[in-house]
Amino acid sequence: MVALPFLHDSAICSGNRAPRARKLFVVLVLGVLGISVLALGTGASGVAVGELILNLLRGADVALRDRVVLIDIRLPRLAMGLLVGAALAVSGALMQGLFRNPLADPGLVGVGAGAGLGAVLAIVLGGLLPVGVARLIGLHLVPFAAFLGGWGATILLYALASRQGRTSVATMLLAGIALGALAGAATGILIYLADDRQLRDMTFWGMGSLGGASWQKIAVAAPLILPVLVLSPMLARGLNLLALGEAAALHAGVEVERIKTLTILSVAAATGAAVAIAGGIGFIGIVVPHLLRLAVGPDHRFLLPNAALLGAILLVGADVIARLVVVPAELPIGIVTAVLGAPVFLYILLRSRGVLDL
Amino acid sequence: MLTATNLTIRIGQSAILSAVDFQARAGAITAIVGPNGSGKTTLLRALTGEIAAEGEISLNGTRLAGTRPARLAAIRAVLPQATPLAFPFLVGEVVRLGLTAGLSAHDPNVAAQALAAVGLTGFANRFYQQLSGGEQQRVQLARVMAQVWVPLGPDGPRWLFLDEPVASLDIGHQLMVMNIARGYADAGGGVVAVMHDLNLTAMFADSVALLSEGRILGTGKPADILTDTLLSRAYRCTLRVNTPPAQGTFILPHSATAA
Repeated sequence: MVALPFLHDSAICSGNRAPRARKLFVVLVLGVLGISVLALGTGASGVAVGELILNLLRGADVALRDRVVLIDIRLPRLAMGLLVGAALAVSGALMQGLFRNPLADPGLVGVGAGAGLGAVLAIVLGGLLPVGVARLIGLHLVPFAAFLGGWGATILLYALASRQGRTSVATMLLAGIALGALAGAATGILIYLADDRQLRDMTFWGMGSLGGASWQKIAVAAPLILPVLVLSPMLARGLNLLALGEAAALHAGVEVERIKTLTILSVAAATGAAVAIAGGIGFIGIVVPHLLRLAVGPDHRFLLPNAALLGAILLVGADVIARLVVVPAELPIGIVTAVLGAPVFLYILLRSRGVLDL
Repeated sequence: MLTATNLTIRIGQSAILSAVDFQARAGAITAIVGPNGSGKTTLLRALTGEIAAEGEISLNGTRLAGTRPARLAAIRAVLPQATPLAFPFLVGEVVRLGLTAGLSAHDPNVAAQALAAVGLTGFANRFYQQLSGGEQQRVQLARVMAQVWVPLGPDGPRWLFLDEPVASLDIGHQLMVMNIARGYADAGGGVVAVMHDLNLTAMFADSVALLSEGRILGTGKPADILTDTLLSRAYRCTLRVNTPPAQGTFILPHSATAA
């Protein structure tokens, strides 16, 4: 990927934005490093992180408190932010490529609603579980249920839209909206049944947070998210040709049904895992791919890796802001992504309206 | 050689195509003509493997059924009637999409040459969505040509399947596109085109298949198929070939000379 990063921009004259996309990839890698340093150095405790890391590397004695802040609080939070941000952005880009629609998002086709229903179910009815099961799953009940909900919704959706080995993308989109509404209604019933504390839990879960980050959660989510991030570029050529329509993609040699299946499973795994550990975080999946398409074009070979990096940067950046504005408390990160994301999105939309066919 | 034997396609109770035999050879332009709804596009879809049909189809000796899309893509490319594009691709990027599907992807000059062939030199950096319908159609032709850029490969001829390639073009560009098809066939490739324009068919096709109501009315040289009797039967109106009107203006593509 990083080969030939600094080709001269004159390549654009031949209608090829690949060199620019490669250049952007390098910039984004640097951006991830920068935001990581910033995130590690920011927080309520006032630990001098630079000095601390040097001391840790040197093997010098470090105060236990400082060590805990860095290793057990800030590092897992950073790792989770990078993972979740990348997962959401790549899922959005994959979904949009599959549906050939820049506004498609896992949230739209019911994956998010399914995960939400799972989480709310766990919050309200978790107490009814047999003691043995509850003890086994323990604190991970809500993420586990959210993941199951997201997966369940995806599989159901896929089954509804497939007939005789063919999957109708239009049916999937519409069935997803219907399933989402149904899950929303079920969630509504549970909200009606919930007590005050449960309501508060649900509300905060819905707004998303990286606050509960732990190495344990990362160990659960990373095996689902990382393979999607690394392997999704293998779907890029198929998704590019799919932009011409399914028939044209088939004629150009794409195994259309296989690409569709792999894409939807990837999205389910990455989104399911991300939503499970971080709750409902909006806008990353739509804003990031859209920005990148405007900057360096829709070629998925570059869009997917660049989206992973930009999604990671934006989410960790939003988390830094969420931790800074109301120190020593913190804002739910979903509020930050929405407050920052929505106006930027609208601005881009209005500026490019009529120029580029969305 | 493209051979289709005894093709039948049903949708529900009614047959769209009934017992159609069709052949096309490399080095020639084979046109499929017939009135609206006669099954031309359905036949083309079956021939490209897009829809399943009862009967046998083979291309260069390979049975179509069960052949992987990537293998077919290496020997034949298909130009649809219209191609709306989902995302803001540049013209150059669209042509390169075709390149990635074929066997000439290593050649950096093909994209520019394909655009030049359809008269769109200098358009590579424009957004596809900003072009007119006719220009978009020519970009798609360049993409399709880039996919099977070498008409006669070491493994045999390559094929262009064109679904009404001149439908949205002015007469000058119609001739340009038909001449591209002619050149491709003359270089050893095969061209199969669904055509509405009978004059261009008469001018350029080496062989014509006339369809009516899902059946073949006749196949053969244009002079043998484009006759008063057959055309009048197929199109359900009285038609007379090679008969200039007594008065009024008429313009035939035959009169054009290269600019």
